[in-house]
Amino acid sequence: MSEIKDEVELLNTQEYFINMGPQHPSTHGVLRLVLTIDGEIIRKIEPHIGYIHRSIEKMCEKDSYRQMVHLTDRMDYLSCHINNEAVCLAVENALQVEVPERVKVIRTLVAELNRLSSHQLWWGVMGMDLGAITSIFYGFRDREMINDIFEETCGARLTMNYNVPGGVMFDIHPNFQKRTKEFVKHFKTKIPEYDTLLSDNPIFRARTEGIGILSKEDAIAYGVSGPSGRASGFACDIRKRIPYSAYPKVEFKEILMTEGDCFARYKARILEMWESLHIIEQLIDNIPEGEFQAPTKQVIKLPKGEFYQRVETARGDFGVYIISDGNKSPYRLKFRSPGFSNLFVLDKVAAGCKLADLIAIMSTFDYVIPDIDR
Amino acid sequence: MDNEGLKNLLHTWTEGLETEEGPQYLNVRVPAAALHAFAQRLKTDPDTSFDYLFCLTGVDWPEYLEVVYHLESTAHGHKMVLRARTEGRTDPRLDTVCDIWPTADAHEREAYDLFGIRCNNHPDLRRLLLTDDWEGYPLRKDYIDEINIVEL
Repeated sequence: MSEIKDEVELLNTQEYFINMGPQHPSTHGVLRLVLTIDGEIIRKIEPHIGYIHRSIEKMCEKDSYRQMVHLTDRMDYLSCHINNEAVCLAVENALQVEVPERVKVIRTLVAELNRLSSHQLWWGVMGMDLGAITSIFYGFRDREMINDIFEETCGARLTMNYNVPGGVMFDIHPNFQKRTKEFVKHFKTKIPEYDTLLSDNPIFRARTEGIGILSKEDAIAYGVSGPSGRASGFACDIRKRIPYSAYPKVEFKEILMTEGDCFARYKARILEMWESLHIIEQLIDNIPEGEFQAPTKQVIKLPKGEFYQRVETARGDFGVYIISDGNKSPYRLKFRSPGFSNLFVLDKVAAGCKLADLIAIMSTFDYVIPDIDR
Repeated sequence: MDNEGLKNLLHTWTEGLETEEGPQYLNVRVPAAALHAFAQRLKTDPDTSFDYLFCLTGVDWPEYLEVVYHLESTAHGHKMVLRARTEGRTDPRLDTVCDIWPTADAHEREAYDLFGIRCNNHPDLRRLLLTDDWEGYPLRKDYIDEINIVEL
């Protein structure tokens, strides 16, 4: 009798902890997850963040409204232009400056190119996380074209700092329209290639379909926004719901899914790329003539009060909350970063999954760690 | 519901509300003691159903600390700002709302980490961004750190 008991005890498993990160290739940055594991099943995930916390909010309390724009593209560096735009829009709304139509269109065009480049990088890395090395070369090949356009017009390839309060820093380069059209034409033939390589790949499907399901209720309760939230059916596209810049003028679809699994989050981004191309096509030949900056004072002082600006970055609902006491720097400034809220749903989504599934889940949430740590 | 209707409705719920219509959102300040019950009702009442907490901010004011909750209803589309103040600055406490909006869990840990606002009944109130042995609360206005902060 005691022999049988011993044998059963021998087969019992025990929960244990492992650290994933801070230097794990699939965390895409310095993020540490403390996993409670039972065999291969994840029981609990506890994110530890702050490895690259720079306290940008505190720095902004000392900076002028012109300076702080430059800090925002160090947060979500893949959506840098859209982060910049959020601060600029907040300042412009507070000052009640009406920016020229030309600026609105240029900003929207660059923002959509920025979103595309972010999704291209995400797509390449997503494939690589799941063991397909080819996708990263495809993604980077196409992303390179966008970076070249940025380099010509903005003078930088990654952290562009193209927005300034009142407009954009320089007018667009004479080649901008031509090269953007070339890119759109090129990329339209490439997204089907992306589908052939990953979307229709049986191994890829097996690793994403039905994995890491997030319900719509949970998406709202945990504040999961962006393509990740929309894959669960949470209609949260700020471009549609609180339109800014040139978005009221263009026609595009808000991608909504119902499955809420990894594949839905993947598909939502792929479909979003088509919508971004569609937006660019509508605007690229219709850039109005005019100034590229509205006149603003050299030293910007916001009126006393509170200003909140929301924009849709490649990761979701990004917010800038400025509390001004009338001085040239804000009294308090808060960045609501989409990655932060999207990260803390991980325990809800991945508990009960296999360890290898966590890689797919993290990839489809598209975390950018500086965006989380700020 | 528009801001005016929202304001009138909320005043019938609790005594001691202070409302102010800002340029964007309706600002509602609720006494700290009534915060949890009021927040609960904001979410569950079908007329308001504020189910999406899209931002939670700690603010340091000279006499007290404040937590600002930006709320949105995905069903109705209306938005509002809920605010609650702590009693003084030495032992600032507020009730947690993370049982109502789970996203508040991490945001409240951040407010604790950077402002020292303790949330009563929070399941796991630890430092979030900084190391566990960090002294002081960096986003407070009176925080002085000669090593890590370079004054301009």
